[in-house]
Amino acid sequence: MKYKILLFAMLALVLSAVFFSSFAVAAPAVADSSGTLTGTIQDVPAAAAGKPTIEEVAAVAGHNKISINMIWTLLCGFLVMFMQPGFAMVETGLTRAKNAGHTMAMNFLVYPLGMLGFYICGFALMFGGVGPLATLGGFGGLNHEFTISLFGKSFGLFGLKGFFLTGPSSYDIGVFAMFLFQMVFMDTTATIPTGALAERWKFSSFCLYGLLVGMVIYPVYGNWVWGGGWLSMLGQNFKLGHGHVDFAGSSVVHLTGGVIALVGAWIVGPRLGKFNKDGSANAMPGHNIPMAIIGTFILAFGWFGFNAGSTLAGTDLRISVVAVNTMLASATGAMASTLWMWFFRTKKPDPSMMANGMLAGLVAITAPCAFVSSVSACIIGLIAGVLVVESVYFVEGKLKLDDPVGAISVHGVNGAFGCLALGIFADGSYGDGWNGVAGTVKGLLYGDPSQLLAQCIGIASNFIYVGLFSIVIFKLIDVFVGNRTQPINEIEGLDVPEMGVVAYSGIKMDKNSETPLSK
Amino acid sequence: MKKIEIVIRPTKMEAVCSVLERNGYPGLMITEIQGHGKQKGLTQQWRGQEYKLTFLPKLKIEAVIKDKDIKAVLKEIRDSAFTGEIGDGKIFVSNVEDVVRIRTDERGESAL
Repeated sequence: MKYKILLFAMLALVLSAVFFSSFAVAAPAVADSSGTLTGTIQDVPAAAAGKPTIEEVAAVAGHNKISINMIWTLLCGFLVMFMQPGFAMVETGLTRAKNAGHTMAMNFLVYPLGMLGFYICGFALMFGGVGPLATLGGFGGLNHEFTISLFGKSFGLFGLKGFFLTGPSSYDIGVFAMFLFQMVFMDTTATIPTGALAERWKFSSFCLYGLLVGMVIYPVYGNWVWGGGWLSMLGQNFKLGHGHVDFAGSSVVHLTGGVIALVGAWIVGPRLGKFNKDGSANAMPGHNIPMAIIGTFILAFGWFGFNAGSTLAGTDLRISVVAVNTMLASATGAMASTLWMWFFRTKKPDPSMMANGMLAGLVAITAPCAFVSSVSACIIGLIAGVLVVESVYFVEGKLKLDDPVGAISVHGVNGAFGCLALGIFADGSYGDGWNGVAGTVKGLLYGDPSQLLAQCIGIASNFIYVGLFSIVIFKLIDVFVGNRTQPINEIEGLDVPEMGVVAYSGIKMDKNSETPLSK
Repeated sequence: MKKIEIVIRPTKMEAVCSVLERNGYPGLMITEIQGHGKQKGLTQQWRGQEYKLTFLPKLKIEAVIKDKDIKAVLKEIRDSAFTGEIGDGKIFVSNVEDVVRIRTDERGESAL
């Protein structure tokens, strides 16, 4: 009896399925395994089904163009976010194991700290007056720039729309995409000084810095270059090329980070045992070269998003040139630093300098990547690779600053060089109308010396503004919480006293990793 | 009975252990140590700066040998651990007063 009921229920189920499926809306009758049959005129929304008007087709084309741009911007932003673990691995690999928990924690927490600072007010200060976001839908709600009047011209200083991404000026899909993309660039700057200040930076001091760099330090200079501020207007206002041009951030991101690192290393001081009384330096070898190398590759991968994504448009097909220039500069940078160490310095191809060389090439190409030929990109990377090695020797040997990972040399020195390189090598094949100046972007070698002057002004103003502001910030933080850890903690390892956990619990440290005694 | 403390390169562990086993001394104690002799380690470089690896990894093998075997065993151990390079190591020989086999309470040479 039970079986009969079950059998009847199954039969009813099958019959009703057949019955109801006959009411299905007209759907493609054939399964499409090749992809050639899907996506047709039927997918264009039309008042008369299957017969769209030209206006209806144009609307779809416009929407798709913006969609491609937005997907590109967002995906590239995700790639740049992935540079955070890259930085974390490079810095931790090049510093000592007893501090690994602390170094990693700084690189980790800088992501939310900087992001929230940028969300609170940084984005507004940087882009509050940028105007319509043309590639992302053209919404013009970010339209309030604070300006002052100098020499009869308007000098944009910072924006005033977009706080907390809230309100009719900012709750827009284009603005949100812009926020994500710009935020991950800000966090790249934010994480650079953690390398220069590793192994002695008090965690509470770092946390205050992390918030402030996203809130004010980075955004104001960023406004001057990318937010419609005065550096971008040097072309329109004073006929200096196209104003200070920085495609993806050699100055906005890397020089800023490098200058903060320089000021921090100077104010907070070297690690205990680094320098002897006669000024000579002691080596403090990093504990994990494999981690540093993998981190470098992660950064190089993320850089495709960093540079190519800066078109903010997947429909701007210059992206292939940008990506290839980026790639080539990374290669010549790595080769140059490797060969320079091998033949002219220590006679050994040092892996940590190989990595620094690749990163230097990437930093240096970041500003000019959209404006130069592939040959120029190779040359720029080559120079950067040599520059970074010599800079490391100079910073440690002559400036007597302790920079465990070479952040000042990779990002500061080569950030500045990248801006200069644009002013020299920009070949006029791209950039028509950049910063409101007609014509493509040209450098010294292609007929426009005024561009180089604009670049110099951009570099100098970064150095002065970021330098001074960082001094103030570091001094202030020192007053409130103190910048440096206690000497006993620095010698024993920061992991337990600062973070409460050991990074490598259960692993015995090599005696060779003990802090050297300053002689 | 004599106790020998053999400080050797880690790469020579198998050679020395097989010497002891061949001579009828399968029991031994191995400690991983770091240290240096007169020459004080190797010079390395990090980012252009030279530094000394002052402590080098070594192995210490301890074993207790009967008096009648000590001369032959020392020679064989030295031959097996020899490379001719700086850092080959040392063997320290000291007297052992007594030995106890815990399981059976045997004493003296028969407890080895």
